[in-house]
Amino acid sequence: MSEIETHTIAVVVDNEPGVLARVIGLFSGRGYNIESLTVSEIDEEQSISRITVVTSGTPMVIEQIKAQLERLVPVHYVSDLTLEGSHVERELALIKVRNSGGNRVEALRIADTFRARTLDSTLESFVFEVTGSVKKIDAFIDLMQALGETEVCRTGVVAIMRGEKVASTN
Amino acid sequence: MTTAEKTQTAKTPETAPKTAPKTAPKTATETAPDMTAPATQQMTGAEMVLKALADQDVEVVFGYPGGAVLPIYDALFKQNQVRHVLVRHEQGAVHSAEGYARSCGKVGVVLVTSGPGATNAVTGLTDALMDSIPVVCLTGQVPTHLIGNDAFQEADTTGITRPCTKHNYLVKRIEDLPRVMHEAFIVASTGRPGPVVVDLPKDILFAVGAYVGPEQIKMKSYRPQVEPVPDAIDQAVELLRHAKRPIIYSGGGVINAGPHASELLTKLVRTTGFPCTNTLMGLGAMPASDPHFLGMLGMHGTYEANLAMYNCDVMLNVGARFDDRVTGNLKEFSPNSKKIHIDIDPSSINKNVKVDLPIVADAGNALQAILDRWNHKKCAPDGAALSAWWKQIDAWKAKKCLSFDQQGDVIKPQYAIQRLYELTKDRDDVFITTEVGQHQMWAAQHFHFEKPNRWMTSGGLGTMGYGLPAAIGVQMAHRDALVIDIAGEASILMNIQEMSTAVQYRLPVKVFILNNQWMGMVRQWQELIHGGRYSESYTEALPDFVKLAEGFHGVGLRATNVNELDDVILKMIETDAPVIADICVDEKENCFPMIPSGAPHYQMLLGPDDQADKPQSEEGMVLV
Repeated sequence: MSEIETHTIAVVVDNEPGVLARVIGLFSGRGYNIESLTVSEIDEEQSISRITVVTSGTPMVIEQIKAQLERLVPVHYVSDLTLEGSHVERELALIKVRNSGGNRVEALRIADTFRARTLDSTLESFVFEVTGSVKKIDAFIDLMQALGETEVCRTGVVAIMRGEKVASTN
Repeated sequence: MTTAEKTQTAKTPETAPKTAPKTAPKTATETAPDMTAPATQQMTGAEMVLKALADQDVEVVFGYPGGAVLPIYDALFKQNQVRHVLVRHEQGAVHSAEGYARSCGKVGVVLVTSGPGATNAVTGLTDALMDSIPVVCLTGQVPTHLIGNDAFQEADTTGITRPCTKHNYLVKRIEDLPRVMHEAFIVASTGRPGPVVVDLPKDILFAVGAYVGPEQIKMKSYRPQVEPVPDAIDQAVELLRHAKRPIIYSGGGVINAGPHASELLTKLVRTTGFPCTNTLMGLGAMPASDPHFLGMLGMHGTYEANLAMYNCDVMLNVGARFDDRVTGNLKEFSPNSKKIHIDIDPSSINKNVKVDLPIVADAGNALQAILDRWNHKKCAPDGAALSAWWKQIDAWKAKKCLSFDQQGDVIKPQYAIQRLYELTKDRDDVFITTEVGQHQMWAAQHFHFEKPNRWMTSGGLGTMGYGLPAAIGVQMAHRDALVIDIAGEASILMNIQEMSTAVQYRLPVKVFILNNQWMGMVRQWQELIHGGRYSESYTEALPDFVKLAEGFHGVGLRATNVNELDDVILKMIETDAPVIADICVDEKENCFPMIPSGAPHYQMLLGPDDQADKPQSEEGMVLV
């Protein structure tokens, strides 16, 4: 068997009702993985949304996923950022940590190292906002969990190509 | 891209319904929407639906009324351009539309109500999706302000049909309605064809807005690739001209590309001298009488076709999708060949089988390009290698894998189909539909097709109950043709109610039942992999099909003895009314040759004796 690869794919679609259901239904109906999925409108006038999906599978499955996505009527184009080459990926997370005493000082110190912003603080809790790669956020959450009771909310990955190249039909 | 064959779709004569004549008040016609009015005309949603259908050149709609679509039925009543066929079950409406579409190349149109109307249509829609048949299905919906309230006859139609349509729409604003109607026809009929649902809330049908004609529609996304990349064509021709053991394997994509594509396929086969096999969906693309034709391939295909696939060195797949029924065991599928795959749908390429040369294009365009290139370069096949290859193929043919033993009085099912073919082959107007099971495979093996669009069968989904409503659709498109549904006694009962439709519209469809009292294919598999434990595959208390036909005001015939067969077939053909011919055949006959699930092409079972020698693999048993 071929090796399983993880790909980050940008799907640019008409922002019409049901379009996200079509994309998600395709993944569940055909048994593909979704590791992360984000979606938001990127052009209000034209009503266009961009979906960033991180998925995994053999090269043949990845090809299938892209071909199946491209076949959906409201899809304008599908761009495999992993295949296109160098790109940046970022995720944003909000992390609430409930603790007291020395752990609070430690939490602030670590937040500073991770360049996390403190959005809210009480005597018993902090809410941090941290942005970065998936790995960085994983690491930050791991550390916070060691310092108290946590609640986590993550956006999922957004990605864009480096350099002057823009995503378009492959 | 489907190209409707205009010559085949000559306007069919208007038929008066046998019962319930229209009792239209005189004023009804006077309020009819003016079809010649300028494109910006104001009208109600229901009138727009009818106007759009007329502008899309729709002649017939298969449907069933209900509360949510009453405004459309009212608009239908007030015009004469679009005819309506009242089916007896919404599944039948979709299969009829499929039969219509497949036999004439136009989009089949369905009109059903909300809730159960829409859910009953789901099997037909899935069938059309699997077999790439262009269908537009209009479904009623509860008014927009009630959507989501569990209103009477409400169903989440777009949610339910999303995975079983090529695309679907819920129209929530009257401004969107004309555009959506026209887009539905574009999406259904272009690229890889398929079913499109347009869900129409009742308040939208009453709302008034400006109609927009089809010429003003431009889709924002959706651009199917229909022209092949020239470089790929060059590479394909290079592979083909140097092939020593070539095979051309074509499928439903060639049929969908229009009759011209089938002509081009035949031309390519004859120019190159290569052997050609068709899938179940592709039968008729290559004339069966042509010496280059090896018959159907796949699970119940011919020995020669399957072994040619296994042993070839260059395979040209035109508009087929390497379905599991064709490939058998994927690991051992045609292991030593270079594969060229022409398909209009990029997602069909490299899905099951990794190919060496993908060509995304309409089958007709790609075949034309290959032929042009072949002729331009004055290519000739490798003559010596090709004749050695044909010698090998002829040796496989000599096995006579489709032979059967008609002895005694009991009618062999294969013999019944052979006689049906022999007694109809001189006619130019024979259309065959089937249900699903053994009879379907026997029909594919023993009925031979010289032209495309003459063979309508549920290939991908395998829908029992497909054949009779499909035959009704075919007969609507070809009023004077001989339309025969080759059926099994189990399948036919799944949509038998459509006999009533056939009688109402005086559609003289023939139902030719190979009655063996068993769900034959189920029984055959139980014999093959479940130790002959015939769990629930025998139908007790079957109806008397002759009386059943008569009960529907049709004609019933029966043959129980081989001597009666020809007479019954001739009588059936002669009868100008819906007929059910109950052909009582050998109960125990099984369908061979057969490649059991999970087996490679070279492990074909040629007959019942062969079966005992080759125990089934466990891997194969879990497959369907």
